[in-house]
Amino acid sequence: MRSGRFFIVRQPLVLLAFVCLLAACSSNNNNKANGGNAANNAAKPVASSIAPAPGAAGTAQPGSPAAAATGAASRTASAATARAGSPTAGGTLGDPGAAALAAAGGKKLGGSVNVLGTWGGSEQDSFLAMVKPFEDATGVKVNYEGTRDLNAVLTTRVQGGNPPELAGLPGPGQMAQFAQQGKLIDLGGVLDVNAMQQQYPASWLQLAQVNGKQVGIFIKVALKGPIWYDPKTLSKFSNGQTPKTFDDLLALSDKIAQSGTTPWCEGMESGAASGWPGTDWLEDIVLRQAGPDVYDQWYQGKIKWSSPEIKQAWQTWGKIIANPKYVFGGSQTVLSTNFGDAGNPMFSNPPKCYLMHQGSFITDFFVKGTPGIKPITDFNFFMFPDIDPKYTGSAEVAGDLFGMFKDTPQARALIKYLATPEAQSIWVKRGGALSANKLVSPDIYPDQLAQEQAQIVTTTKTAKFDASDLMPDAMSTAEYKAILDYIQNPGSLDSILANLDKVQADAYKQ
Amino acid sequence: MSDRIILALVVVLGVPAALVGYLALIEWLVRGVSNHWRPRLRPWLWLLPVLAFLGVYLVYPSLKTIYLSFLDASSQKFVGLDNYRYIFTDRTNLISLRNNVLWVIFFTGAVVTFGLLIAVLTDRVRYESLARGVVFLPMAVSFVAAGVIWRFMYDYRPPSLPQTGTVNALLGAVVPGFTPHAWLIQRPLNTFAIIGASVWMWTGFAAVILAAALKGVPADVLEAARVDGAGEWQVFWRIIFPLLGTTIAVVTTTVVIIALKAFDIVYVMTNGNYDTDVIANRMYKEMFNFRNFGRASAIAVILLCAIVPVMLYNLRSFRTQEATR
Repeated sequence: MRSGRFFIVRQPLVLLAFVCLLAACSSNNNNKANGGNAANNAAKPVASSIAPAPGAAGTAQPGSPAAAATGAASRTASAATARAGSPTAGGTLGDPGAAALAAAGGKKLGGSVNVLGTWGGSEQDSFLAMVKPFEDATGVKVNYEGTRDLNAVLTTRVQGGNPPELAGLPGPGQMAQFAQQGKLIDLGGVLDVNAMQQQYPASWLQLAQVNGKQVGIFIKVALKGPIWYDPKTLSKFSNGQTPKTFDDLLALSDKIAQSGTTPWCEGMESGAASGWPGTDWLEDIVLRQAGPDVYDQWYQGKIKWSSPEIKQAWQTWGKIIANPKYVFGGSQTVLSTNFGDAGNPMFSNPPKCYLMHQGSFITDFFVKGTPGIKPITDFNFFMFPDIDPKYTGSAEVAGDLFGMFKDTPQARALIKYLATPEAQSIWVKRGGALSANKLVSPDIYPDQLAQEQAQIVTTTKTAKFDASDLMPDAMSTAEYKAILDYIQNPGSLDSILANLDKVQADAYKQ
Repeated sequence: MSDRIILALVVVLGVPAALVGYLALIEWLVRGVSNHWRPRLRPWLWLLPVLAFLGVYLVYPSLKTIYLSFLDASSQKFVGLDNYRYIFTDRTNLISLRNNVLWVIFFTGAVVTFGLLIAVLTDRVRYESLARGVVFLPMAVSFVAAGVIWRFMYDYRPPSLPQTGTVNALLGAVVPGFTPHAWLIQRPLNTFAIIGASVWMWTGFAAVILAAALKGVPADVLEAARVDGAGEWQVFWRIIFPLLGTTIAVVTTTVVIIALKAFDIVYVMTNGNYDTDVIANRMYKEMFNFRNFGRASAIAVILLCAIVPVMLYNLRSFRTQEATR
């Protein structure tokens, strides 16, 4: 609308061309290759953001997206209780290429499949390494496209009738929404259900089910809550003892702070999702301070953010994050540092910080940021310590869900392949990923740390899935923002929580 | 792939062919109509395709958006003015509205002032086109890329580490005792930092249009003024500025519209965090993140209501400008 004159003439033609292109895409999709447009799609969230908004609203399906948002909340959370017993290792796995060929029904399928996910950088490399044998064995080209704003990109493409064949799902909450709108294909008819039940803990399968239908599959999982350190430098303060309680943790932090160095490395920046590393802190604290029941009520929207339990969790976290003597560079550095880079000062000489709270996948970023460092000798972890001894043995887990939006032979083959232990072993071996598949043997984990984490994921007494991934999107987005606001201005906690209460009252509404 | 090429060819060649065919057809049909009706009918038939496109792609979506703005999140229940009430009471949205006001004032002010300054100054140098080209260059960069570039420029690291952000490094080297700023995090500095990056992008646009208008100022008038003893300052304010009046009005209103629609750069640089949000980004979030069609539509309507008067004024000044040529 920059200039009234041009707008009138140019817009319809552009739109016409656009519509024709869309028509071309959707007519092609059923069984033909849809390659080559990955680059276009990457630009989509921004390019299409302003102009089509009124138009998109005009053509939107009057489905019930908001209604679906609560679907996630009403599903039982305890589904996340992953208690699988230790992986039944044993038997050697076959060649991934053979597994891929089997997934494709023994045929060299050819063609291509579009995959949308959230990974970039080294995680993207690992995913590509995972699909490489599939591409080689079946001749199917995998067009992967990664975005940190997955939710918006995926929603736009699904609404626009042009979804990728396979996509990473932002979380079980989003998955339920897509499933209830009928956008996700029931994998019951694609995957071998019996094999799935043998290979995966029931809880992980249930987390990816909506109304009894298997609409997703976890292709890798992660353990939240490890606290990372460099054993060589921390030993000066810890004497080889890792903190057993939160008070121990604070005492250790104090000891480090008194030496004149900040104990904690923290980074909250993550593009459109900035603030999420803070949600993991809160979840770990709520789980260990108020217990699993409160945790469930919390993400289900049944207790307020201003309730004593949740407010206390923020205050507990505030003892660390809001203490300028505790965090490297103070709040401004925490806010402007990318979560993946936050650990780098831990490995500088002398270290600028000693402890970092982040999920199991962060090792990938450590090694990338400081090439040459080795697990166990250069970095190690202890689990988030207990706060209330009543809840000992709780752990928070998360995972990357995959769903199928378009049924093509290539997509079927790929998702079958991604669910196999052979495929998942590839990423596991590269580091930074755990697998929920019981046939992925503990021996193939690249190091003892990853093995321990896999052990915790499958054997912990109470495993709870990442709460912010289970909340409706409006709620988790508001939480991300609240975390940034709190770090910048801890004094305004009451008004931050009051605002979250307002969002909560609204986001869970039918 | 080959069927895509065929399709592209069909679109590129077929659409113009269909239009030409349509015109030939109506000319042939119009010939059969009496002399009395022919001149009245013909313009409408020529306009018909355009009107149809406008109706389908502009009028209908606008009306539908207005309609949706009175419905709930999933467009099923009538909620009256609830969506509007929410936007004008919710703190985040109020901050976005405030930021848009800041954008309109400071972004427009800076772009027009710098644009005019550059137009007038480059008008007098020999390497005029080169100088103007340099100022215009940022326009060739995509908004998203510019956002990413400026994120690097504003990058912040704690004072104990070497500064990698250009702005902090430069100021640190030049200003003694300078402590680095987190430009995109400290409020209200951050909103102005983003506005600054946008000014860098759009100043060239204003400068080029104003420079073109400057060429239209008659040399004899300027000469007469100088002969009468007017100083350069007086020549500028008494002669050049009034003669550029309508062009400045067009540029200003265009830039106001850009300010109201600001989105990409905010999305890329802060995603609206730390109180830098603008309403276009709110609309994006309501629509694509929260799938709240009611609120997204309501924001779109508010944006429309803010832009339409500016645009009407813009079109009017544009017409006056054309008329005085």
